[in-house]
Amino acid sequence: MNVGLGASVAFWVMGAAAVASALGVVLARDMFHAAIFLVVTFLTVAGLFVTLSADFVAVAQVLIYAGAISILLIFAILLTREVQRGNLSNRLQAPALFLGVLLAVTLVVAFLNTDWRLSAESPPDSTTNAIADSLFSSFVLPFEVAGVLLLAAILGAILLARGREED
Amino acid sequence: MAGINHYLVLSAILFAIGLTGALAKRNIVTVLMAVELMFNAVNLAFLAFARFVTPAVLTGHIFVLFIITVAAAEVALGLALVIAIYRNRETVDVTTADSMKG
Repeated sequence: MNVGLGASVAFWVMGAAAVASALGVVLARDMFHAAIFLVVTFLTVAGLFVTLSADFVAVAQVLIYAGAISILLIFAILLTREVQRGNLSNRLQAPALFLGVLLAVTLVVAFLNTDWRLSAESPPDSTTNAIADSLFSSFVLPFEVAGVLLLAAILGAILLARGREED
Repeated sequence: MAGINHYLVLSAILFAIGLTGALAKRNIVTVLMAVELMFNAVNLAFLAFARFVTPAVLTGHIFVLFIITVAAAEVALGLALVIAIYRNRETVDVTTADSMKG
């Protein structure tokens, strides 16, 4: 029973932290604070992945989101001198808030009124082996295509960021 | 023990926060950060379904891994675009990039 209680406490603590830091990303006045809040969100979501017994994906989340993507975003904040102006909102603030609340309420009502076909099976202790097995058998084509996509993204990013040749 | 609805409601809240941020912010970098929040919310929903509906089959995990891959590619390209826009216009304010407006 202790494991269930621990998982429950972990869910509520990390869920509250995730929502609070996500609000921080949107509401922070300073771009840097927003970026730091984003890292906190990534880490708490990784913790939530652990409570869903998705250990491999949680590690991938920490490595790629909290490690790589947030560093890229901080680079972008540093390279553009918009930091001094702060994290401003545009004129669509009220409609955007309305749309966000509407979407959240719709989704929550839909989720709570759906009868999910739940399974009582317990997940495997470690997901890494099972993920590797299906990634390199049933999903080998998407895996290879993802490699091509990453190559194309790198080349495109280099081409875009290099800019026009001055002649 | 938190059930599937707990995770789905949390994911809906995170997605709505991300959507609001993506629509209401001026700085392109903040818009990108809000889009990343939405990706995270979707990943959370995927893993909740994988855990509670099909615990033995890990297709949800595979899907999340591919979403993370595509998100990394998207951020790399998006930030290259941010740099290109900043070099041309000296600003990354999305409200000023309206030359296609009819």
